[in-house]
Amino acid sequence: MKSPILLIIQREFITRVRKKTFLLMTLLAPLLLAAVMIVPGLLASMPEDDKSIIVLDEPSILVPEEGTSQFSLEYLNPNEFDLETGKTFLRESDKDALLYIPSGNGWDPDFIKNNILLFGKEDIGIDLQRFVERQLEEKINQQKLIRQGVDPEVVSQTKTKVTIKSFTMGEEGNEETSATPLKMGLGYIAGILIYFFIFFYAVQVMRGVIEEKTSRIVEVIISSVRPRQLMMGKILGIGLVGVVQFLIWVILSGTIYAVVSTFIYPEIFAQQVPAGPGSPDLSTVDQTNLFSMLNSINFPVVLSGFVFYFFGGYFLYSALFAALGSAIDQEADSQQFMLPVTAPMIIAITTAMNVIQDPNGPLAFWMSMIPLTSPISMMIRLPFGVPIWQIGLSALILVGTFFGVVALAGKIYRVGILMYGKKVTWKELYKWLKY
Amino acid sequence: MIRAKDVRKQYGNKVALANINLNIPSGSIYGLLGPNGAGKTSFIRIMNQITAPDSGVVLFDNEPLKPADIGRIGYLPEERGLYKKMKVGEQVLYLAKLKGLSSSEAKSRAKEWFVRLEMEDFWEKKVEDLSKGMAQKVQFVTTVLHKPALLIFDEPFTGFDPINTNLIKNEIKRLNQEGATVIFSTHRMESVEEICDHIGLINNGKVMVEGLLLDIRKHYMNGTYAFTTKEQQTFSGMDVLHRDLQHTGHTATIKSEAYPSALIQKLAKENQLLGFEEVLPRVSDIFIDIVNNGPKPLNS
Repeated sequence: MKSPILLIIQREFITRVRKKTFLLMTLLAPLLLAAVMIVPGLLASMPEDDKSIIVLDEPSILVPEEGTSQFSLEYLNPNEFDLETGKTFLRESDKDALLYIPSGNGWDPDFIKNNILLFGKEDIGIDLQRFVERQLEEKINQQKLIRQGVDPEVVSQTKTKVTIKSFTMGEEGNEETSATPLKMGLGYIAGILIYFFIFFYAVQVMRGVIEEKTSRIVEVIISSVRPRQLMMGKILGIGLVGVVQFLIWVILSGTIYAVVSTFIYPEIFAQQVPAGPGSPDLSTVDQTNLFSMLNSINFPVVLSGFVFYFFGGYFLYSALFAALGSAIDQEADSQQFMLPVTAPMIIAITTAMNVIQDPNGPLAFWMSMIPLTSPISMMIRLPFGVPIWQIGLSALILVGTFFGVVALAGKIYRVGILMYGKKVTWKELYKWLKY
Repeated sequence: MIRAKDVRKQYGNKVALANINLNIPSGSIYGLLGPNGAGKTSFIRIMNQITAPDSGVVLFDNEPLKPADIGRIGYLPEERGLYKKMKVGEQVLYLAKLKGLSSSEAKSRAKEWFVRLEMEDFWEKKVEDLSKGMAQKVQFVTTVLHKPALLIFDEPFTGFDPINTNLIKNEIKRLNQEGATVIFSTHRMESVEEICDHIGLINNGKVMVEGLLLDIRKHYMNGTYAFTTKEQQTFSGMDVLHRDLQHTGHTATIKSEAYPSALIQKLAKENQLLGFEEVLPRVSDIFIDIVNNGPKPLNS
């Protein structure tokens, strides 16, 4: 004879995993994820649409620039064309756009820069507009410099690009290469994963509770098991489904990515990989640098933090969602209660950037202490290194809140699942706590 | 089997059970009667340990209810249903295992029941593909599969079609003969007169009357008599409630304060009597009487 909670976990797990939608989601999601990673690379390597532009350049600023392979420039003779005849010429030709640069009163760059016109047969693309603007800015700048008696060559020689190698002073006095972008990416992705996991599976807990209520089986079940056992069994069973699905995703996505990047499109991915040590000038991140960057992240802490907050967040929210589900008769009624419950998570995600920019600031600190936001906010902070007492405190608060919420949610659940046809208010829920 | 002592349950300000005392004898078919909202379901949920009483105690075989008793109770709630997407067989086994049966035990018993109720071909079907009557049979099997010593049915016949109602009535009687104690909870009192031997009437969370059905009906007899005569009767100066013509002769019910012997003498003078009996009041009439006038003292 099995303990009832194991039976419930087993049922929740098996009925979900056997569903066709589970199989579909489990197989399709990694394909989608892989597509998200691969498609931009593919798109970037695709040839772009060429445009040819005719230029009516009265002050001869651009002449004799020929443009690029994408945007080719051809010039009309300003003595034979004006703006109107230029437009007619564009209409009758197979060219794509007309760029008109007026000479104005006596070659005044400030007048010219404000009166340049660009006509297109179709919408002027943002790329084309940027290209033209960049070209003109450069030429007009040069002209201005010449008028001030400065040689543009000299100016371009004095331009300097500064590249800083930043380090973090470790506690034992060793210096680690600062890896801010890497940490940002890592924290953000981990935070988002937790966010989606909580959202997706905690809502499933709510759905499951509503299903048992609407199918009216719940009273049959709780005449055999304690309501809290049913609730916990459901939370654990669905959590297990989530973990299995998540692991399959990780393995499948990794496999697809590896296969595609090594065998099918190696050249695309070669461009994205940081350049080797033989060409250190091409990239600020060479391989030894990358290695020391990775070394500067405390992976054991980040990984165990991820697992902890992943589950902690899920358990906390799914208990809330279970209580929510018990209080309503059908999913359509859940909206008014959903928002207050999910708001903290949404706030945690929307403030993610602020937390990243100042991972040890007051906002980051408080967000990673409040248990409803800490699974996401603390996760974002972890790669940057968080004092151990803060991690401990945050974890303690989360666990403590979880037990508190389970106790309260269990009370609401116990009453809610046996209430039918009642429009529930917050006040009503509060009353149930005292039944 | 079940003895409730001073059981009280309150939801917010609403008193669902006001210190009730009930005694449900072993082997009885007990009708727990009362209008909607009387407190029947509250008491049933306490027996099933779904909720706990605020005060008082429920004894099951002379011992306070304990978690293990759940396996000895079969409960068909008023709000009942099954997992729609689950296969019937799996579902029956799941619910039986929750009641503590082993997998193999549950399976062999379920197969037995499925044969008895002619539902062998349900096993692999999903509940959502069953008709309502079929689902009701499945629900019944899940209630009795673990051979509970106590069966509790809350409004069992609402939603059951007449064929299933009959089938299940007979199965319940059979289970009772095999030793199970049965509790029926219903607000439709006429439906239990034929099946129950004990009743308890509850109103507003209080027990109005409890005991053997026959004793209670006798106790509430109120001078109503039924006669059968050969010819059309004449009842000079009497209060006739009902007349009818049946194959046995002309029948009539009358109400009278007189002693039965005096009444017979009087009527025999005017009519040729074929039959005479004092009529037992209907449970619903007793209930209305109690609600209006309060319980009738024992010595009256």
